[in-house]
Amino acid sequence: MSSQKWGAVVGFLKRVVKMKMFLPFFCLILVLLINLIKSPGFFSIDIKNGVLFGRLIDILNRGSEIAILAVGQTLVIAVSAGTDISVGSVMSLSACFCCMSLAGYGVSSTNTLAIPMILGILGGILMGGICGVFNGTLVSKLKIQPMVATLILFTAARAIGLLLCNNQITYIRYEPYKYLGNFIPGCPIPTSIFVTAGVILVVAILLKKTSLGLYIQSVGINKRAARLLGINSSKIIFLCYVICGLCAGVAGIVASSRIYSADANNIGLTFELDAILAVALGGNSMAGGKFNLAGSIIGAYTIQAITTTLFAMGVSTDQAPVVKAIIVILIVALQAPVFKTWFANRSLKGKSQVKETVGA
Amino acid sequence: MEDQILLTMRGVSKTFPGVKALDNVSITLRKGEIHALMGENGAGKSTLIKVLTGVHAFEEGEIRLDGFDEPIINHTPIEAQKRGIVTVYQEVNLCPNLSVAENLFIGREPKTKLGYIDWRKMNKLSRELLKRLDIDVDVTQTLENYSLAIQQMVAIARAVDMDCKALILDEPTSSLDENEVSKLFVLMRHLREKGVGIIFVTHFLEQVYAVCDRITVLRNGEFAGEYTVAEMPRFKLVATMLGKDVDDLDSIKPEGCESNCDEIAVEAVGLGHKGTIKPFDFHIRKGEVVGVTGLLGSGRTEMVRCLYGADHAQSGTLKMKGKVLKAKAPIDSIKSGMGYLPDDRKADGLISELSVRENIVLALQARQGVFKTLPLAKQYELADSFIEMLHIKTATRETPVSQLSGGNQQKVILARWLCTHPDFLILDEPTRGIDIGTKTEFQKLILKFASEGMSVVFISSEIEEMLRTCTRMCVMRDGEKVGEIDGEMTQEIVMSAIAGGEEK
Amino acid sequence: MKRKSRINSNTLLLLITIALFIVMYAIGCVIYHEKGFDHLQTFLNILITNAGLLCVACGMTCVMLTGGIDISVGSLIAMDCMILAYGMGVKGYPCIPLLIFVLVIGLVFGLVQGFLVGYLDIQPFIITMAGMFFARGMTAVICTKQLSITQDANALFYSWANYKIFLPKFLGYLNSKGKLQIPFIRPTVLVALSVVLIIFFVLKFTKFGRALYAVGGNEASAKLMGLNVRSTKLKAYILSSFLCSIGGICYSLNTMSGSVQQAVGLEMDAIASSVIGGTLLTGGVGSVFGSLFGVLINGTIGTLVNTNGKLLSSWANIATAALLCFFIILQSVFALVKERKS
Repeated sequence: MSSQKWGAVVGFLKRVVKMKMFLPFFCLILVLLINLIKSPGFFSIDIKNGVLFGRLIDILNRGSEIAILAVGQTLVIAVSAGTDISVGSVMSLSACFCCMSLAGYGVSSTNTLAIPMILGILGGILMGGICGVFNGTLVSKLKIQPMVATLILFTAARAIGLLLCNNQITYIRYEPYKYLGNFIPGCPIPTSIFVTAGVILVVAILLKKTSLGLYIQSVGINKRAARLLGINSSKIIFLCYVICGLCAGVAGIVASSRIYSADANNIGLTFELDAILAVALGGNSMAGGKFNLAGSIIGAYTIQAITTTLFAMGVSTDQAPVVKAIIVILIVALQAPVFKTWFANRSLKGKSQVKETVGA
Repeated sequence: MEDQILLTMRGVSKTFPGVKALDNVSITLRKGEIHALMGENGAGKSTLIKVLTGVHAFEEGEIRLDGFDEPIINHTPIEAQKRGIVTVYQEVNLCPNLSVAENLFIGREPKTKLGYIDWRKMNKLSRELLKRLDIDVDVTQTLENYSLAIQQMVAIARAVDMDCKALILDEPTSSLDENEVSKLFVLMRHLREKGVGIIFVTHFLEQVYAVCDRITVLRNGEFAGEYTVAEMPRFKLVATMLGKDVDDLDSIKPEGCESNCDEIAVEAVGLGHKGTIKPFDFHIRKGEVVGVTGLLGSGRTEMVRCLYGADHAQSGTLKMKGKVLKAKAPIDSIKSGMGYLPDDRKADGLISELSVRENIVLALQARQGVFKTLPLAKQYELADSFIEMLHIKTATRETPVSQLSGGNQQKVILARWLCTHPDFLILDEPTRGIDIGTKTEFQKLILKFASEGMSVVFISSEIEEMLRTCTRMCVMRDGEKVGEIDGEMTQEIVMSAIAGGEEK
Repeated sequence: MKRKSRINSNTLLLLITIALFIVMYAIGCVIYHEKGFDHLQTFLNILITNAGLLCVACGMTCVMLTGGIDISVGSLIAMDCMILAYGMGVKGYPCIPLLIFVLVIGLVFGLVQGFLVGYLDIQPFIITMAGMFFARGMTAVICTKQLSITQDANALFYSWANYKIFLPKFLGYLNSKGKLQIPFIRPTVLVALSVVLIIFFVLKFTKFGRALYAVGGNEASAKLMGLNVRSTKLKAYILSSFLCSIGGICYSLNTMSGSVQQAVGLEMDAIASSVIGGTLLTGGVGSVFGSLFGVLINGTIGTLVNTNGKLLSSWANIATAALLCFFIILQSVFALVKERKS
């Protein structure tokens, strides 16, 4: 009797573990639990100065950029089995371009804008898009390995950003520019949460209302078959890189708005690691194919939770990547072909009887 | 001495999950003979070779090699090589970026007293080796500068120098031109004289009669017989490969319905793709079922790929319903009303991790374009209707297609094309590896589509199937369309057409 | 005997590189004549400043020959420099054991990366990217401040760093003040050049070296021909990280400091040097002498930007990235043409 019960429990657990949202949720809950034990005040949310305040809000707020990047990165990984490692640098370039065009070239601090704010912001996002076009062309048309292609902008984008800002930090001391990364007066919720929701919504609608999602998965799983059934795979790959670039542009603007300046050397630093880690934590395979956008987004907030936890433990910004790098290695190692076949063999033994009845 | 046995495989069986790939297969290789290993796709040739060279393990049977008292089992290709069994594949397994000499000696480079590689000695040894085999190349050149034929010969030379007793050539001639093939044959005869036993896997009948001494035929993973070339006329060989007794060939009556319509659906003039298929003419009427027959590798797949635009035709014109069609990519062909069920289901057809529904609607979706998504309700309706119509056995329409059995996967791909209501549908081996019942279903379906006005090109290794469904057949041999059979069709006529040559 | 032309696309790429270096250097000599660009010492200075990069580029070439890549090198150098600076500057440890420790760290680092890439078949990019962030993070864990090594801290190390090896007198020239200058190099240059020679020898005359080429040329074939692909890859990554540690010591001798932001983007310079020097990204083709020219081009760009004085230093990064981009596209176009031909 009790053994039967155990069997049921084990069976249930096995099914839960197999669910595609298991890994992201499991990690998130794990991190939150650790925090809860360490500091019981973790979940408290207050209102201070008319805005929401608390660790959770902080994670949601600070995690915005990673979540936005993760959206683009998920598509790129799904379609080409390679990652875009230039996103962090592209963020920085977008921010610099935006601030430069708002302040004018060579101005290091300004109270008045040279052009309307919305134009500057759109320009910054567009700059991200252009970087995406560059990466996409190299990968889809010239068939260069994604990581090598994006390595070029990984270095160059930040350098170009420095040039645009004349090697200095450009400050935009214009109140509305701070809204995006902070708070709109009268609204207690950080604006970046809305921006993230907006980006996710746009991409989700794009995936749901058009067949892009289906195309991306088809190309990622079997390029040859996709071509034979009429999908132009290089176009789809190109598009994914452009979307990824645009996402990096938006993330760059948000990051810049937070500090109302363009700091070419520091905006988006190590964010490429966070974005890739978010996708991996979201339960997506690094080998491309089927993807799970929701998982990546939860993964992104998990990363932020980890970062916040580390900071709370007194780890500095520069030191945090050590932990994340180890997590990345663990996840990709578990996804490695060696382990996969091992797992497959194990589950095959149990399944072989079931399959025979289903087959034929 | 002539008939000394070098290698025997006896009663070898090998099972893959769900499939018996080899069932009690035997082959005997003697010293100084060229032994053809023949069989249609799926007959088990490559499995047999992989078992022999240790790529796969086998369950039953034994392998004996001259010089070993006990039966041997190779666990890796390298172990097989050490025992003197070397395989040279169609895609040459050498390193194109290294020099010819290095390719000959890599892994066993001659060294100087100080322990580093002695290039001068290596080049000298290489030159001597190649001279002995009458291969005329500059050994210091990078391998990729030479043609595929030379590369293959270098691979063979490497094998010979490593004291190879049994040399396996796995379809070495598929991508060589006539001149290169004859050079290769010279080398093969040369080795035969030296006492090397050669297993020659090919599907070119001409070549078998040109160089081989003996033939072993496999069929559906079973041993179908061993013959000397002299006692095996072409026609009988084809019959054995296809599993027919010469006596009971006339039992099947064609059931294919004549098309009354004279409207030409598709017409190709001088269409060709360099390197795979020589220029050919082709036409098909509305509501007609045309078979393309020929042995595997005869160019039948290449021909339909060229028609479909999967391989971009370099010569000739293609007209679809009277209009010239210039397909840059398959999507153009799909838009003009074509459909193509590819021969390699796994590599070219299935998007394995996606669901049955998604696999079914994909082609229609691709034709509609990315922005005109089919409403989900419509997708469900399509999926359900085809699951019912084609009797696709699946748990739900959302089951990943990889979990279905082979026949049902094939039906899913068929459903994918039926969704698009094509005017011209190409079916390349739709019935391979599926059970008899489903095969009959497929044949009925093809006839049904034709009666509704669809033009169908049908390829199958089983001639009866084609006889039952086709009104006309194109015959392919050695990458060329060699003729058409019209009017009276019997297995005998078809097979002698496939076999070619003077004698019947 | 049928003989095809000896100049194939690979040699062509290398020739373009050498020509590019000569042209760039000549232009520098013409434009910056007054600033002494055409003096021998300028050229030697390029070698001195880039001695570390040269070691790294040699290791990178070995890894790239197998078709892999190692982007952890820049961070590893930062970590090495930090270990040396912290060990000597703050803790006052003797220099020899510290140097050995740094080399061992390189070996271990390479061992881990190589195991993950070679034996678990994970994409080298992801592994070495994690390695990159790990090493950079560890640098910060050791110390977040900018440290420097002074004469007081370690006199031996200091004397090495400032040791000048003079070239023969007849190579001397009069500088702008009319004083006789005898050109000199530093010990690091000798170290780097001997690394180049050793790696050249290894690649050309040892089994391991040829295995690197074979694995990059066709992994499946290499395996069938009896080479141990996994261990070859493992060794390649160990070699890369080890040479990177030697490079890190050269780098440290050059800068005498350690900081978290050190050698940022050096992986890019190393990869660019290797690619510009004719190493194919797909593996199997490349040579250390090509990479030497790659490093020289890289160094010349930096020196040109510095000599100008008005240009921002990020121009050097952008120029390197643009060159890398140009050569990658060139490679890709050659590959596409070749594919179309066959």
